[in-house]
Amino acid sequence: MEGTALLLAATLSAGTVLAIAALGLLINEKAGIVNLGAEGMMLCAAIAGFAAVVHTGNSWLGFAAGMAAGALLAAIFGVLVIWLNTNQYATGLALSLFGAGFSAFAGIRYVQEKLPEQARHALPWLGDLPFVGPALFRQHPMVYIAIAITLGLIWFLYRTRAGLVLRSVGENPESAHALGYPVRRIRLLAVVAGGALCGLAGAYVSVVYTPLWVEGMIAGKGWIALALTTFATWRPARVLLGAYLFGGVTMLQFHLQAEGVDVPPQFLTMLPYLATIVVLVLISRNPRWIRLNMPTSIGKPFYPGA
Amino acid sequence: MLRLEARAQPSAGWAYASPLLALAITVVVGVCLFVLLGKDPVRALQIFFWEPIKSPYALGELMVKATPLLIIALGLAVCFRSNVWNIGAEGQFIIGAVAGGGVALLADQTTGSWIIVAIIAGGVLGGMAWAGITALLRDRFNANEILVSLMLVYVADMVLSYLVFGPWKDPEGFNFPQSKTFEPVTQIPRLMEGSRVSIGLLIGLAGAAALWVFLFRTYAGFAQQVGGLAPSAARYAGFSSRKALWVALLTSGGAAGLAGALQVAGPIGQLTPYVPAGYGFAAIIVAFVGRLHPVGMVFSAILMSMFYIGGELAQSRLGLPKSLTGVFQGLLLFSLLACDTLINYRIKSSKGAR
Repeated sequence: MEGTALLLAATLSAGTVLAIAALGLLINEKAGIVNLGAEGMMLCAAIAGFAAVVHTGNSWLGFAAGMAAGALLAAIFGVLVIWLNTNQYATGLALSLFGAGFSAFAGIRYVQEKLPEQARHALPWLGDLPFVGPALFRQHPMVYIAIAITLGLIWFLYRTRAGLVLRSVGENPESAHALGYPVRRIRLLAVVAGGALCGLAGAYVSVVYTPLWVEGMIAGKGWIALALTTFATWRPARVLLGAYLFGGVTMLQFHLQAEGVDVPPQFLTMLPYLATIVVLVLISRNPRWIRLNMPTSIGKPFYPGA
Repeated sequence: MLRLEARAQPSAGWAYASPLLALAITVVVGVCLFVLLGKDPVRALQIFFWEPIKSPYALGELMVKATPLLIIALGLAVCFRSNVWNIGAEGQFIIGAVAGGGVALLADQTTGSWIIVAIIAGGVLGGMAWAGITALLRDRFNANEILVSLMLVYVADMVLSYLVFGPWKDPEGFNFPQSKTFEPVTQIPRLMEGSRVSIGLLIGLAGAAALWVFLFRTYAGFAQQVGGLAPSAARYAGFSSRKALWVALLTSGGAAGLAGALQVAGPIGQLTPYVPAGYGFAAIIVAFVGRLHPVGMVFSAILMSMFYIGGELAQSRLGLPKSLTGVFQGLLLFSLLACDTLINYRIKSSKGAR
């Protein structure tokens, strides 16, 4: 019982990383931009956030630093892709490769650093409940913030005019342009917002989830987050659920290792990656289902007057 | 206010000039970085661009690192030209190394030198099989090849790790996670005494020539690329996109696997968790910087190899982290993509905002 509660708690925490990053990527993709640089942005944000906490001792400043790093890199990506019409896949890939190198380079002096002991978080009263207390209500605030972001995004995308404009830019940029909306500026805003969220997720990894800095510590979470948007057929609520599902798979691996299951640890480590592949296969099997839900202009450049 | 104006025709001049301009930008940013870090930029440039070519031995080492990069990039060029986004060459490289290394482990003192052929074949088949998974899932289930091939990199890494920590661990290796050292007979033949350059270099150059013929002189090569340039035209002409997908992935997988086998049976000589050195990712940059052209990729593979060697030297001589290599590689690709804009657009200054 105790173990199950802790497993559930860890699942939520692991899922939070993926959820925040994937929601950011969802904003990008709703506006028609695929950013394969998620992994690189998260790595740079992880080291930026970690360094900020080492120097200031304040984890919220760490999150802010991570968001700033993610937004900055996304802005560079956005200018290249949106104004210079570079290939989105290649540019995103460049960002991922650059981010991996740069974070390793910048992080070298932080490898041995430790973060100050974090305050334990528990909601008053709810945190003391048996089972559900330790499982759900003794989480870092970021876990609840991720849920709030999801709800906020649902409201924004489907209940506000600005959200409608964002979606129209992703569905049909020509029409949006003809209606007088600044398509490229909107896309840049979406890319920067997505980068900031990826950055927040990256900082959460190095500040809260595994509070230390190791080269390449994002370990594919950025790529899994990219897969999640497809898995969720571009719906925010499904992104959140999918993220928890994947968080569960990640945690199951550690849980089985701790239980001493007689499987080589390498095979357990493979689980989240294999699960990603399986899920992609299952969801993509029906091309019509994907085509129906996918933002139409995704991955295609838009150049007004061309 | 500057703005872009589409050219009537792509500029041939900029197609050649853009990689050079990108390199220049990378060097300028690099110099600024060195100054910021309080290192002598002249010394640093020397380490990156002069040290790797200053002696026959150094040149040989440059070729040793350029060889896998070139071989992998040649395969990737087929992919990218046909609009198949295989970014998991690193995984195919690893499985090629595992398969080739597995064959090498079978050799004993009595084995003949035919084993080299088996090692190379093992590597190629291993890489093809690994890339084949991506092709199958794309073909049958429409699963995105970018994500699948990338996820398989992590899986391949774990397969290698399992083998060297488990069944293939050297019993006399003081419990280090590594296989037995391969028998000398498995060593990929070297071209000359006193240098580690092997026949892999020749294979790479022959591969570049073969790719040139395939891409520009055969009907099959033409059909392969039309799908990438104009999918609807390819459909109209009756060129199968499924075939193009399989050809692209099997070619690049085989090439990456070959590179992996040449690497373990060559400079490394055993299987360790450190076999993957990021060549599969760096080769993506090699492919783009080389314009996806066989000749261009020979030059860009050498350039990228310089970055690797420069990074290692910067670590030992200047006390800078080796990861600098990755920073410069990423920067180079970024600047290249930005500079490539000049091929299709010219910059105009316009008065007032648009």
